[in-house]
Amino acid sequence: MNINFSALPLSELSPGQRGSIYAVLGPGRGVQLRLSALGLRPGAVVQVLGYGPGRGPILLEVNGTRVALGRGVARRILVIPEKN
Amino acid sequence: MRIALVGQPNSGKSTLFNALVGLKAVASNFPGTTVEILRGRASLRGKPAEVVDLPGIYSLQAGDPAERVARDFLLQEKVDLIVNVIDASVLLRSLSLTLELAELGIPMVVVLNMADEAEHKGLKIDKEKLSQILGVPVVSTVASRGMGLGELLTALPQARVPQPPPYSPRVEEAIKEALPLIQGEPKYSGLPPRHAVLTFLSEEKDIPPNLRERLGCGKEGDPAVILADERAALAARIFREVARLERTKPGLREHLDDILMHPILAYPFLLLALFLLFFLTFKMGGLLEGLLMPQLEALGERIREMLGNGVLAQALAGALDGLFAGIGIALPYLLPFYLLLALLEDVGYLPRIGFLLDGLMHRLGLHGKSIIPFVLGYGCSVPAVLATRILEDERDRLITAALAVMIPCAARTVVIFGLVGRFLGPWTALALYLVNILAVAIAAALLARIFPATGPGLIMEIPPYRWPTLRTILGKTWLRLREFVKVAWPILIGSSFVLALAEALGWQPYLDTAARVFTWPLGLPAQAGVPLVFGILRKELALLLLAQALGTENFGALLSPGQMLVFTVFTIFYMPCLATVGALLREMGWRRTLLVVLGTTGLALVLGLFARLLSLAL
Repeated sequence: MNINFSALPLSELSPGQRGSIYAVLGPGRGVQLRLSALGLRPGAVVQVLGYGPGRGPILLEVNGTRVALGRGVARRILVIPEKN
Repeated sequence: MRIALVGQPNSGKSTLFNALVGLKAVASNFPGTTVEILRGRASLRGKPAEVVDLPGIYSLQAGDPAERVARDFLLQEKVDLIVNVIDASVLLRSLSLTLELAELGIPMVVVLNMADEAEHKGLKIDKEKLSQILGVPVVSTVASRGMGLGELLTALPQARVPQPPPYSPRVEEAIKEALPLIQGEPKYSGLPPRHAVLTFLSEEKDIPPNLRERLGCGKEGDPAVILADERAALAARIFREVARLERTKPGLREHLDDILMHPILAYPFLLLALFLLFFLTFKMGGLLEGLLMPQLEALGERIREMLGNGVLAQALAGALDGLFAGIGIALPYLLPFYLLLALLEDVGYLPRIGFLLDGLMHRLGLHGKSIIPFVLGYGCSVPAVLATRILEDERDRLITAALAVMIPCAARTVVIFGLVGRFLGPWTALALYLVNILAVAIAAALLARIFPATGPGLIMEIPPYRWPTLRTILGKTWLRLREFVKVAWPILIGSSFVLALAEALGWQPYLDTAARVFTWPLGLPAQAGVPLVFGILRKELALLLLAQALGTENFGALLSPGQMLVFTVFTIFYMPCLATVGALLREMGWRRTLLVVLGTTGLALVLGLFARLLSLAL
């Protein structure tokens, strides 16, 4: 598998930006399965809608569903940002 | 005939359940082990059936208590028919669960609920094609408005065991190769074979290397994740075959979050919502109490006269007090509180509160979802403790429950306003609430030091705003009230009986002496002992008994302002009432419950001493 160097942690995207998920790095099986059940799995296109204040969570849309993720989880999801 | 409703959270499953059961039959509810399973009898086209509403789950992989309960129920209880309820507007995501359910080999009907929502999003779904691909009847409904129910009833007898398309060849090969391996394994005997094999592949620690290779796991890959991806890929293929997305303009609803989830603008609205929640609760509660209490008191007097004066008669009169206290607290305050909370929840605002306060809760070592049990705690601690089930992580559940019991419930509110509010002014009472929040926050930070966060943090779906239906709001309110009625009320009645008995037998002096351990360091009069001891049974009793022990309701004449403050602070924090202890026992076992009891009592002593020092200094 080629390593894609343009991949960023999801938490680095700015509000409004879209990207496709490149990898979900755990932590652990339970979290990966839960994220996968919400549609957050490699290949899925996500759009960041906004951030909570402070070190607050990230609000994003995937497959027409809105999902809130803590920063800790969002850091472990790598995305390839869409060029706009 | 037993029919199980299975679907993801927010799919409108409970609305459908209420529509099926509520119309023609009285729902009879039984609590599950840790997560609620609702059962109701219904007559479906003349045939009697038991309809079971399983907790909302994203998948059958046993990740959290809800998923475990749902899976065990489907495998162990004889389920004749699965109704898979899908929120049509998120069909793509929902189909993974459908594929998992198909592996169980139980006849199934698929319900595309919230068809209006899908249309609103511009999603066109070809029902016939989906039905063809899955091999089961597919009907679309709008359960909240009762649309499509007739169609569903017609489809039920045509339920079939699903025959979805196969997974990719390598997975199908792996399934074939693994089948002999689990034969004779007691763990898997009696399970539907396809489900058993896939469970074996995803949950067994050491599956043979050739099978891992077959699945394409490599050295590090997790078979469970690979199989989940496999289902997702198949779901996506099916979705592309049956659905078409037409662009629509985002409506007003989509723009609501621009304000209500805005990093700054959201907070005034949040405060307003919380203010209205409490303000309306007190307004409506006061109104109801004014209507109810005089009647109850008059009735109580009459019964008391009839009972006479013996020891047993006095004890029975005590039990009656407990019965009436339940009506006097439960109906007036809990009812409006839980009604309004259910409204906030069904509109979709409650998860948003979780999002908005996640940053704050993070600093306390918890995350946004914990806010829901905390808010519930202002009503009654019992439903608050039970609501910690929504948290995935065990450590989060424990800490949230331990903290939620320190939130002043309706009964403690009686003490705060009856003592501090009345004699020291409403602002002091309000300040106590703020001090309480501060103390809970400090306790949270301390607990986070001792038990570092292990959970992943917030992972929460934010459902779209929806018009609530009266039926689901009433259903939810009843569920939470029922926890009070079933758990707290009997203890209230029993303990009032014991209390009256102790009084009739003249035990107070002994109890006062025993309670000196607390009343002496706190600088409270010895007579405050009995109220504090029996406050464990019912916290609002502490005030009533204090009046009895002192022989007056004019507390100001016998207690200094400092003593009133100390008494109230101690009452708020010390050991949760017996009903709450019962709920804690059910949720976390006796060791941890004991820890909570000792911890809160210790904290109450510290804070009480602090209040004493403070009042001496002022």
